[in-house]
Amino acid sequence: MAHAEEIEVQVIPADKAKIKKLWMTALILLIITIVEFAVAFGVPHEYKDARVWIFIIMTIVKAAYIVGEFMHLRYESKVLLWSILIPTLFIIWMLTAFIYEGMAISTVR
Amino acid sequence: MSSTSAATASERSAWDGGASPMGASYGKLMMWFFLLSDAFTFSALLITYGLVRSAHGVYEGTVDAFKFSQEYWPIPEKVFEAIPFFHGLEAPLVFVGIMTFILIMSSVTMVLAVEAGHRMDRVAVEKWMLWTIVGGIAFLGCQAWEWSHFIHGSGVGASLTHNEYGPPDFADFFFFITGFHGFHVFSGVCFNFLIYYNTVTGVYQRRGHYEMVEKVGLYWHFVDLVWVFVFTFFYLV
Repeated sequence: MAHAEEIEVQVIPADKAKIKKLWMTALILLIITIVEFAVAFGVPHEYKDARVWIFIIMTIVKAAYIVGEFMHLRYESKVLLWSILIPTLFIIWMLTAFIYEGMAISTVR
Repeated sequence: MSSTSAATASERSAWDGGASPMGASYGKLMMWFFLLSDAFTFSALLITYGLVRSAHGVYEGTVDAFKFSQEYWPIPEKVFEAIPFFHGLEAPLVFVGIMTFILIMSSVTMVLAVEAGHRMDRVAVEKWMLWTIVGGIAFLGCQAWEWSHFIHGSGVGASLTHNEYGPPDFADFFFFITGFHGFHVFSGVCFNFLIYYNTVTGVYQRRGHYEMVEKVGLYWHFVDLVWVFVFTFFYLV
């Protein structure tokens, strides 16, 4: 590619605050992962329900940071935001139905 | 982003398709809807894992006394406890933790590439895309090691039909869920390389915007997002 035909483009200087916010998001994700490890080995397996709920809540928090900050969905138009979020309700229904079904199978066995 | 919508807004009138109702370009919108459908696919895999797991027997004893058996579902931290170069050392879930770290870091470098693209900073896009590719390849390397270790095990190992760690279904779900995710990572690395190549050859510079970095970035973050769920529901719960 000949350099002569390259278009001169003005580079906009970096916004330090914005970049810092991105690194902060990554730090939060790492801290939550470390806390998950602490729960995995700190909370005994006897408290199964408590463990599972802590893991699920922390996973949703992590997902919210990834989708909201990294994928920028928080800052998109509200129509776009809701047209992505509302259909995920089907996943919650699928989860409820399938786990219920699975427990029914285990009692039949 | 105002800078990206400005780059794709056309000269046509609103009645002639000139307006973007959701403030996003066609390509970005379609990437979002593709990712939504992909989220359903991964949910189906993970939820079926939950169904089959809850239909199997539950181990009742203490964690320390746990032995692999076909009678009940294994405790994941007892299965995934090896790390490379430290043979025989029990380090439950440490290697998965390293893989998670790698994927989160490559997500940050990706978002920094997108940010540099908004500023038309070609050199910075090149740098961050390259780091993202390195992260993706590192993750795939880790996964290859983990698969190899899981398949060979302590002699019997695991395949689609037999499994030394517990019921064969457990091995099947391991191969399908992490395999399907790994294939996404692999295609993500290919896309990232394409974006890197186009950046280096100045395609986006001439086009006047770096929106392709943003679209592929969405895909890459989604791969990270799926891993967050796989990590919880396959390895932790």
